[in-house]
Amino acid sequence: MKAIVNVSLKAGVLDSQGKAVHHALDSLHFNGVEDVRVGKQIILKLDETDKDKAMADVTKMCEELLANTVIEDYEIELV
Amino acid sequence: MTKVSILQFPGTNCEYDTQYAFERLGAKTEILWHKDESIPSDTDLLVIAGGFSYGDYLRSGAIARFSPIMKAVEAYAKNGGKVLGICNGFQVLTEARLLPGALKRNESLHFLSKHHHLKVVNNDNIFLKELSNNDVVNIPIAHHDGNYFIDADGLKELEANNQILLKYSDAKGNILNPNGSVESIAGICNKEKNVFGLMPHPERAMESILGSEDGIKMLQGFFKA
Repeated sequence: MKAIVNVSLKAGVLDSQGKAVHHALDSLHFNGVEDVRVGKQIILKLDETDKDKAMADVTKMCEELLANTVIEDYEIELV
Repeated sequence: MTKVSILQFPGTNCEYDTQYAFERLGAKTEILWHKDESIPSDTDLLVIAGGFSYGDYLRSGAIARFSPIMKAVEAYAKNGGKVLGICNGFQVLTEARLLPGALKRNESLHFLSKHHHLKVVNNDNIFLKELSNNDVVNIPIAHHDGNYFIDADGLKELEANNQILLKYSDAKGNILNPNGSVESIAGICNKEKNVFGLMPHPERAMESILGSEDGIKMLQGFFKA
């Protein structure tokens, strides 16, 4: 099974990259964009077959390494 | 004689400058490879030098934090040992949760490399005791991820315990903000005042011929009782 982990800065933590991308979109006349957040995606290939176990493992990975929970949130999707 | 041990990870690049700076001040030094598992018992000060440990992959300092030596660093710090993290070393210390907060990408998204003035905010600690509050020093900065973040509660705690060491300023001490840091913070310490972290590089300000020798006054604090 695969785990797709999306990590992005928490709401309320200024995302300078998102702001710069938003600004660039504006200059390209894409005017309908309200907000841009830039994050990163980490894709893990797991040998675990139990979804609950996989979720628990990946959550631990996020808490310990994949995200810095002082400034970042993470979302996990198992596929 | 004061003994300074300096950590070296793959990608560290300030370990020899740091060694030179401390030897100039009369210290005995030793460079410790990240795979070592203990800190020499005669160590008076442990320095995590600047650079780009593990290529800054994932986040600056995030991978170095799990190197074998870091368990010994955590134990050393928790026992009251003095630890100084400069630039990438500061990032490693926040990732290891030995210092509060985190360092984000500079607000301008630019890598900043220049001399910058810093204002001393709290000198009631071993690191800055040779300086006075409101003194201004001129020290190089060289970082991409130096934008210090801490939440409002954390900031209150830093202020209440005099943990803010240095803020970015101009030559007269007026506060400036080159990278977006909360409250223009350039350096902090832990509550117990034995773990110190700063983005600027005092080890690069040891000789007036190279632009500034203000780093001497900073690093000297560790030598005088």
